Amino acid sequence: MIDRQQAPDFKQIEDITFIKAKKHLLNNGIPVFEINAGEQELVRIEFIFQNSAWSIDKPIMPSVTNGMLTEGTHSLSSAQIAAKIDYYGAFFQPDFSSDHSSLSLYSLNKYVGDTLPIIKEMLTGSIFPDKELETLLRNQKQRLKVGLEKNDVLARRAFLSALFGDSLYGYANQIEDYDKVKRDNLMAYYQKVYHPANCTIVVSGKITQNILKSILDLFGNWHNEQNVAPFEVEFISSNDKLHYIEKSDALQSAIRIGMPNINKTHPDFIQLQILNTIFGGYFGSRLMNNIREDKGYTYGIGSGMGSLQKAGYFFIASEVGADVCKATLTEIEKEINILKTDLVPEEELALVKNYLMGSLLGSLENAFSHADKFKSLYFYGLDYDYYDRYIQTVKNIQPKELKVLANKYWDYNEFYKVIVGKM
Amino acid sequence: MLHKTKFADKDETMIQFERFTLANGLRVLVHEDNTTPMAVLNILYDVGARDENPEQTGFAHLFEHLMFGGSVNIPSYDEPLQRVGGENNAFTSNDMTNYYITLPAANLETAFWLESDRMLSLAFSEKSLEVQRNVVCEEFKQRYLNQPYGDVWLKLRPLVYKKHPYQWATIGKELSHIEDAKIEDVKAFFKKHYNPQNAIMVVGGAVKLDEVKKLAEKWFGPIEAGEKYVRNLPTEPEQKKAIVETIKADVPLNAIYKVFKMPGKMEEGYPAVDLISDILSQGKSSRLYQNLVQQNPVFSDIKAYNYGSIDTGMFVLEGKPLPGVAMAYADEMIWKELDALKNELIFEDELTKVKNKYESVKEFDEMSLLDKAMNLAFYELFGDAHLANTDIENYRKVNSEEIQKMANQLFTQEKATTLFYLAN
Repeated sequence: MIDRQQAPDFKQIEDITFIKAKKHLLNNGIPVFEINAGEQELVRIEFIFQNSAWSIDKPIMPSVTNGMLTEGTHSLSSAQIAAKIDYYGAFFQPDFSSDHSSLSLYSLNKYVGDTLPIIKEMLTGSIFPDKELETLLRNQKQRLKVGLEKNDVLARRAFLSALFGDSLYGYANQIEDYDKVKRDNLMAYYQKVYHPANCTIVVSGKITQNILKSILDLFGNWHNEQNVAPFEVEFISSNDKLHYIEKSDALQSAIRIGMPNINKTHPDFIQLQILNTIFGGYFGSRLMNNIREDKGYTYGIGSGMGSLQKAGYFFIASEVGADVCKATLTEIEKEINILKTDLVPEEELALVKNYLMGSLLGSLENAFSHADKFKSLYFYGLDYDYYDRYIQTVKNIQPKELKVLANKYWDYNEFYKVIVGKM
Repeated sequence: MLHKTKFADKDETMIQFERFTLANGLRVLVHEDNTTPMAVLNILYDVGARDENPEQTGFAHLFEHLMFGGSVNIPSYDEPLQRVGGENNAFTSNDMTNYYITLPAANLETAFWLESDRMLSLAFSEKSLEVQRNVVCEEFKQRYLNQPYGDVWLKLRPLVYKKHPYQWATIGKELSHIEDAKIEDVKAFFKKHYNPQNAIMVVGGAVKLDEVKKLAEKWFGPIEAGEKYVRNLPTEPEQKKAIVETIKADVPLNAIYKVFKMPGKMEEGYPAVDLISDILSQGKSSRLYQNLVQQNPVFSDIKAYNYGSIDTGMFVLEGKPLPGVAMAYADEMIWKELDALKNELIFEDELTKVKNKYESVKEFDEMSLLDKAMNLAFYELFGDAHLANTDIENYRKVNSEEIQKMANQLFTQEKATTLFYLAN
């Protein structure tokens, strides 16, 4: 008979191997980072551009410019671009984030020769046609209207606004913004941001010489005299800590709590991430155990650390039964304070250490995930030794260090609190 | 348009696997993949919302939550797994309940220990039932009631299905069914569905077949076979009359939902219908986007998809007309696209395009170990895991005539169920 009460022996994770990015430089200075791995004959090629001077009078210009890349060039209409890409079973994805504007191609290797030139068209010859622009603005506006009916969306918007004010990081798009977009502004922004000196290429998958050569041939002679504009984000946080948006018929209240915080470049970041994991960063966290698994107030609750290039933030998020919203806030405060007064038990910390190592190992599933890890370092000016430090910190951190951190960074009274629903 | 490109000569990657069955009926599939240091253990139970009592809907899903409330010998499921660096989750659909673990392959045995103990028996704790009833009620509110359009499938399913238990969503018909769940019901459900005969296990990643055989015998071998659940569900009769319903709610935009019944996942005609949804809605070159969003702007958003159900499924068209567009006109424009599929043969290029996309998506999916393991489990449930590699042939064979034939079979006025979901 086996003893089912006895857990099997297990091993600690000792080594984690990163597939490091190999750097190439095109003639015009564009850095190309290559992460070569995998069995499938496919590749992802990302073109990443640092965002530039954002202004409150043209708040959605950068994201609309990005969305319009696929909507028409000198030689191809929007419909032709879509037809070509779809025909080869490829995907392209424009993506706008707080720090970057990017365009990615996902393609089977054998069609890169057909699909990559279309990307070049979009990056160098977009014309922002009026009809397509009208369509995009109209549809985004409708989508925003639906979003504004969702309590969790409202909470996220109000939270970022409270933390980062009217800046690129904090601004929440308004319906009327879509009526103010001008094609000329988009063209100007396109010229200013989408040029070789501001471009980084990251290519991941099963990479052949042919693919590298295609990139070189198509993008090595991309010339443009533009200089890189400095990227700064300045913000003023709200004076009010509590932001309550009442919804009288709400069944649930959406909660967002937190404050601006350090980002990845700060020496305390990794340790704070470990503290956050214990608090609300995984399924077995204290918030989940208390508020979902013990009290059943919610389907899910968690906390996280957002890292941006020019800022960072700490947040707690949940949607809870409207009748238990107050009780949830009390429990959140209690859990914060316990971490400030009591040492994390050794057994709990040991579990979290193993969990974090396992999830780091598991997050390196394929070439794309290795590329994502690379990007998460590169754009913060960090190197792979960050992960050596991460692994060492996870292995060695002590309960008393965590308590010091909780006291240094977390103060429930200082947190911004956004409630959408009833309280 | 473009030069002809075919995938027919393609030397595609296959998902290699081995299969064995324990004496108690548990089917085990093993997929060795040594490109990763991780392992996956996926267990699919052949039970879904379609197997529920109409008076106790939402039970399969509530039960899924209870599977994490401790088993007969192990008080906590999550904690020991996290301790060895693993993660887990699960989902319930109308057809099945699927549980999965990913963990460092060196600690594979922990997954066997945990999964076998909860197949052996649960702890059946009253506290866990009480808490999970609340958690699931909050999930019900969060996903279905407190969201614009969130309740649409609670309204639509009973319009589409008159006999078949697909008439309720996995979350259940109403909150009270979950609130009223009793521990005796939980025990009976476990006995009926959670045993080796009704399960399929897939182990994948940096594992060896021999090792998996040994571990499977050790941990699952001693579990009693239990009774085989024999499914006997009513077949949904053919729809003979159009169904139209209008509801009003606090939503910002009007919406239209149109549903046609379609073949089940492994039934004749399924691949053609699946490709029809791609012709209509895959990518910006698709017909609905080009014709009804871009060229003639009727909708801000419109898509076509299907549920991939095992029994008679749903082919869905879902759109949000632009402000000022009359619902009758929006409806007419959808019919225009469906009629085009019925009346005209589609061009070879367009068909090749959606086939290429289908194959490419499949290729990208195979970058994920978990996706591969789940695919094997799903296809084993559908009849044979080998179909995970061969089903693609059924798509390659589809020709323009079959697309037209299936369009004519599906898209008729009397077989349509239409829901106008209007803004107050």
